[in-house]
Amino acid sequence: MPLLEVRDLTVVFERKGEKPFTAVDHVSFDVEPGQTVGLVGESGCGKSVTSLAIMGLLPRRGARVSGSVQYEGVNLLSLSDREMRDKRGRDLGMVFQDPLSSLNPVIPIGVQVTEVLERHRDMPRKKAMLEAAELLDKVGIPDPTRRLSEYPHQLSGGMRQRALIAIALACRPRLLIADEPTTALDVTIQAQILALLKELVHDLGTALVMITHDLGVVAGLCDEVNVLYAGRVVEKAHRHELFAAPRHPYTHGLLSSIPRLDAPRGEKLNPIRGSVSDNIPWSEGCAFAPRCPNKLDVCVRVTPEQEDIGGGRLLRCHNPVKPPVAEEVSA
Amino acid sequence: MLRYTIRRLIQLVGVVLVLSLLLFAWLRALPGGPVSALLGERSTPESREALTKQLGLDQPIFVQYVKFLGRALSGDFGVSTGVQPGDSALDIFLQRFPATIELSALAILIAVAVGIPLGYMAAKRRGGWFDNISVGGSLLGVAVPVFFLAYVLKDVLSSALGLPTEGRQDAINATRVTGFFVLDGVLTQEWDAALNALEHLILPAVALATIPFAVVFRITRAAVLDVLDEDFVRTAESKGLTAPTIRRRHVLRNAMLPVVTTIGLQTGALLAGAVLTEKVFSFAGVGQALAIGFERRDYPVLLLLIIMATIVYVVVNLLVDLSYALIDPRIRTR
Ligand SMILES: Nc1ncnc2c1ncn2[C@@H]1O[C@H](COP(=O)(O)OP(=O)(O)O)[C@@H](O)[C@H]1O
Ligand code: SF4
Ligand SMILES: [Mg+2]
Repeated sequence: MPLLEVRDLTVVFERKGEKPFTAVDHVSFDVEPGQTVGLVGESGCGKSVTSLAIMGLLPRRGARVSGSVQYEGVNLLSLSDREMRDKRGRDLGMVFQDPLSSLNPVIPIGVQVTEVLERHRDMPRKKAMLEAAELLDKVGIPDPTRRLSEYPHQLSGGMRQRALIAIALACRPRLLIADEPTTALDVTIQAQILALLKELVHDLGTALVMITHDLGVVAGLCDEVNVLYAGRVVEKAHRHELFAAPRHPYTHGLLSSIPRLDAPRGEKLNPIRGSVSDNIPWSEGCAFAPRCPNKLDVCVRVTPEQEDIGGGRLLRCHNPVKPPVAEEVSA
Repeated sequence: MLRYTIRRLIQLVGVVLVLSLLLFAWLRALPGGPVSALLGERSTPESREALTKQLGLDQPIFVQYVKFLGRALSGDFGVSTGVQPGDSALDIFLQRFPATIELSALAILIAVAVGIPLGYMAAKRRGGWFDNISVGGSLLGVAVPVFFLAYVLKDVLSSALGLPTEGRQDAINATRVTGFFVLDGVLTQEWDAALNALEHLILPAVALATIPFAVVFRITRAAVLDVLDEDFVRTAESKGLTAPTIRRRHVLRNAMLPVVTTIGLQTGALLAGAVLTEKVFSFAGVGQALAIGFERRDYPVLLLLIIMATIVYVVVNLLVDLSYALIDPRIRTR
């Protein structure tokens, strides 16, 4: 049985005086215990909203969530606020994008680690402090005991993200969701944090949902990859197959834009013309059609359905990219 | 931190010196003066001249000021000519200052104890009926003149609540220790006296509290709204912390920074409010003395009270700055 089973997860934002906006549209995917699954797509395609919906962190007002999120066989969407609070931090951990703003600036790091231990593992403060020092050590923070009494602004960006990873993993959750955990960091630090995450989830047997706009991150980390476009999964495949033979034109475009390590930091990668926002909605044909090099006449009239194309792959496209013959043999 | 404190206190000495000179000159530039106030309509030129001489007002202002400074250094701030004629200005200050401090402290306490929780609740229910009503109410709190509210409390509500409306304490032969009547009652364990003094404080304190309450409420609401949008609150939620922990440790702790600053700035407004409130409730505090002092041009009392009020204002704001550093480690560890 999968650890996490997301089925037809849909999030609609109701906005005053505007049409409701569907940020996540019938997204389904599974995460097996210990597996690392990638959610990939450009900014605005619904990755963060998906993760917040799983964690039960969307604003209570204005966001309509439907579908189901089964975690260990329990539908998280049907839990009460109190039951969900018991699960968060204990069974599901989350790491966010910006480590500085994600830490409370006026509370020592130590308290920010121990509070989750006190909450879920009933540890007294003293014991939790020892455990916290051990956790900081495990995520590679030097001199952890001293760091416990320091404040977020006294740590470097990389150290802050390490601390947040320690916090998220403090109660040994079986699932960790990382939402662009390296986007706000320097390139060299990015690689370190990714290596750390990979090592930790391997050692602890934690399943990881890795959210990123960067296929380079996926390449080194993920078992399965879901490519999102405008709130829908357009392609799903094992990492090797996806890289060897991307079938969706959007994935194909993304793959030819993997950033080189020597690319200047902060440079916008824009190999695919246009952006998510100026798309037609999925209700009238394919949302990617305005930017698609493979577009057919049918694409703007008929919305492509998700199809199983064999080998554990799913695809949503009328005119997929032809797989390169040689690669297919080796795969 | 210590060096910062010392520097601010040295600055304070400079401020007091400059202020005292300006006040000294300004008070004497006001139309009228203590002589006409004391002698009234039926003065003769001779009696006026005699009194002017007796008060030393015939000398050049600068000479008067230097003499004043010399005497002030030995603790002599002159004799009251209007508020309590014949009493030393220092005695008047020592009697009245504790009264106003007690009144203001209770007012601030009410403002904070009501304003912060209400501000938090309004922010949490942003746009809801509770939010709208309390925001409207706080606007009213700022807009309604203090003295109007004071009269309403005094004339309409006091009898219903059975609370006294005049003075600081009934004539009940209480022992005086510090001049803070409530505190004295506690120190001497004369509980009746303490309670009686407290009852006398309630209505004027409520009147005085309205504006600081409205300000604290609005600042808390705005600050909490800002903090609720912060990423670290989402992190706290992602840890599954209980709602009270998140409220106290993550939301309010951060939202308190602007609120504390506001409280410091409100001390100035409190004194202005005290002038009106003390008048309505015949409360023998600094505000009442200032009002009478201005009417009767009581230079020594006005000078001492205004300078002391300034010192209090500066010291309170210094304490605010220091507590700011206590709340925010980014300032402390810089
Ligand atoms: N609280 C919200 N209210 C309204 N719209 C939102 C909200 N949060 C996100 N959105 C919209 O949902 C879409 C998906 O956002 P998000 O999941 O954050 O994208 P990303 O893939 O970059 O993480 C965006 O168009 C965003 O504007
Ligand atoms: S359905 Fe058509 S427009 Fe959409 S990605 Fe496929 S080929 Fe392109
Ligand atoms: Mg995002």
